[in-house]
Amino acid sequence: MKKIVALLLASVMAVSATACSNSSTTSSAASQATSAAESQAEASSTAAKTDFKVAMVTDTGGVNDQSFNQSSWEGLQQFEKDTGAKVSYTESKQESDYATNLDKAADDGNKLIWGIGFAMADAITNAAKANPDINYAIIDNSYENTPSNVTGVVFRAQEPSFLVGYIAGKTTKTNKVGFVGGIKGVVIDQFEFGYRAGVAYAAKELGKTITVDSQYAESFSDSAKGKAIASKMYSNGCDIVFHAAGNVGVGVIEAAKEAKKLVIGVDKDQSYLAPENVLTSAMKLVNKAIELVSKDALEGKQIGGKTYDYGLTEDAVGIPEKHDLMSDETYNAAIALEQKIKDKTITPPANEQDFKTFEASLK
Amino acid sequence: MKMLSKILKKQITSTIIALLFGFLVAAIVLAIAGYNPGQAFGALFKGMLSKPKYISNVIIKATPIILTGLSVAFAFKTGLFNIGAEGQYVAGSIAAVLVGVKLNLPAVIQVPLVVLAGVLGGMVFGSVVGFLKAKFGIHEVITSIMLNWISLYLSNFIVSSQAYHLPNSTSTYPVNESSYTMILPKWKTSDAGMAALKPNKWLYEMMLKTDVNVGIVIAILMAVVIWVLLYRSNKGYELRAVGFNRDAAEFAGINVNRNIVQAMLIAGALSGLAGALSITGIAPHKISTLAAFENYGFNGLSVAMIAGSSPIGCVFAGLLFGGLLYGGQSVQQEVGAPTEIINIMIGTIVFFVALTKVVPALAERLEKRGVGHAQ
Repeated sequence: MKKIVALLLASVMAVSATACSNSSTTSSAASQATSAAESQAEASSTAAKTDFKVAMVTDTGGVNDQSFNQSSWEGLQQFEKDTGAKVSYTESKQESDYATNLDKAADDGNKLIWGIGFAMADAITNAAKANPDINYAIIDNSYENTPSNVTGVVFRAQEPSFLVGYIAGKTTKTNKVGFVGGIKGVVIDQFEFGYRAGVAYAAKELGKTITVDSQYAESFSDSAKGKAIASKMYSNGCDIVFHAAGNVGVGVIEAAKEAKKLVIGVDKDQSYLAPENVLTSAMKLVNKAIELVSKDALEGKQIGGKTYDYGLTEDAVGIPEKHDLMSDETYNAAIALEQKIKDKTITPPANEQDFKTFEASLK
Repeated sequence: MKMLSKILKKQITSTIIALLFGFLVAAIVLAIAGYNPGQAFGALFKGMLSKPKYISNVIIKATPIILTGLSVAFAFKTGLFNIGAEGQYVAGSIAAVLVGVKLNLPAVIQVPLVVLAGVLGGMVFGSVVGFLKAKFGIHEVITSIMLNWISLYLSNFIVSSQAYHLPNSTSTYPVNESSYTMILPKWKTSDAGMAALKPNKWLYEMMLKTDVNVGIVIAILMAVVIWVLLYRSNKGYELRAVGFNRDAAEFAGINVNRNIVQAMLIAGALSGLAGALSITGIAPHKISTLAAFENYGFNGLSVAMIAGSSPIGCVFAGLLFGGLLYGGQSVQQEVGAPTEIINIMIGTIVFFVALTKVVPALAERLEKRGVGHAQ
């Protein structure tokens, strides 16, 4: 027993001795660090407004979803770096978490609260009603009657989709390309019909017919189904497939890898998933939009009661610069087309009806 | 020494010791991950208890898992391991939506109908498991895990079906307002209701900012009913006898197979009830495409474990677990710890509770030592 006590005492002393020496050095280092930080803060104090707090609530995808939740959080972190505002996030695990998470974010003293994804549309309006002095913003949703403290943010996803469609049309050798969608709806329609219009535009330029195979996975998460659909498309003669289906797209890219065919990514530059197969990506830069709107809110601009509509002009959508898998000629033609969309000489269609008129105008 | 070992042998002591150990290990994990444990636990408890509406939310969060916990605990007492609580919960929510969207009757008829539909949904899934076990001896764990997946995909199928899919969304239509089980759902958001609630600040916050519903009353009631059924009725005696020893029960003239089916029927009904009450009581009052389970049933397993399968214990364990789940969100918001760390924290606590058998053993050790010393 005595031995044990002695051993314990000895070890305690040893720990405390090292702790002493450690703490003294670290504290001085820390003070240096803080003074350095202070001087830096002073230098950029014009931008720093530390009392401004922004929070975001993810949908059930969580913050590491390789898609828009992750992108949103990256945007907020960048916003924190640029302005010194305090940012935080909360993940929703169940749909019933939306309301409680938004409520907690309101209690936490946030001035602006982001809801990520149209699934939160109702929860956001309810929270906005209960807390009239807090601004709320939502990604991918526009309201018919936007409350005065709610901001909708939508993207003209048909614009990058048009560009990737054009690239696909120019690149295809089999004259057959594919599209895999998640669940049919307004947002995914933008991708599908923008893409179809781009393909039609390229086909007209080349003076040939290119068919588009389109299929929906009825899910945003079932990557196995995405793989099955895409594999079928490839074996049916499609040589390029574009997907707008969240996690389903991961399966589509896998199928492209196996079939050694080309695939077009979505939301962000997905070439890191399959560098040999991802031709290009229709990027929808949610992080950019989050930064822009949050900055407007920080500067005290009136952001509530309206819907921000982001597209190529705002650099919130686009295609990546990297284009190893296509010819420079195609890429440059796409960039020229991008300019035409910015000039409004071409308006890519966002739904089936507009697409039909667009197609008719080509003939 | 005798006192001590007596105290240590009590179930509640082991649970509390396990909780303390759980928090201790969680603190170490948090410290290693670079977060201040004191601050994290502070945020946890503040997020659970510091405002009336938080407490209200804890109760709301706890309601379904108390019921699924009861379902698991009840089955466990009868010798069955109901890992299918998750699927029965989903089945209950599907059935409630199926009825609640299509029917629009006065609340007095509508609410019981919708809830009953949910109970029936859970019962169907539970009884399949019981039937297969009783008739063919197929292990309930296998069948109920498979049924979990069947209910998940059935739910996704219903969501995408023409009749129920809400356009431009990933969910069904919400159930009609007459099936809501919140307390005064219409009145509290009306101008008159808001004016009446305004003078009382905490009531105002609690009523308007949370979905206060009658679920918890039903959950507690069910806990009492299950306790009475198990310990104060002939049926309960039979069920428990089958749980203790099937062969002995059969020898004593108890119809084992019938009891197995009945036990699973009741367990399924409880989980289905949880699903139905979630649909009627909490926003968004509808089901959505599920990529993975929402864990109401699996959390029920943990609740039953913490409660040591005691029906009344499930109420408290459910409240604790609901509190951890709800308070955990505050830890994320205030400390910035990722969900994974919070889940490790909750997991550790459950893990230690599962180890509670160590404590009575320790008590026995102490007793023996005491005897040894005396000699």
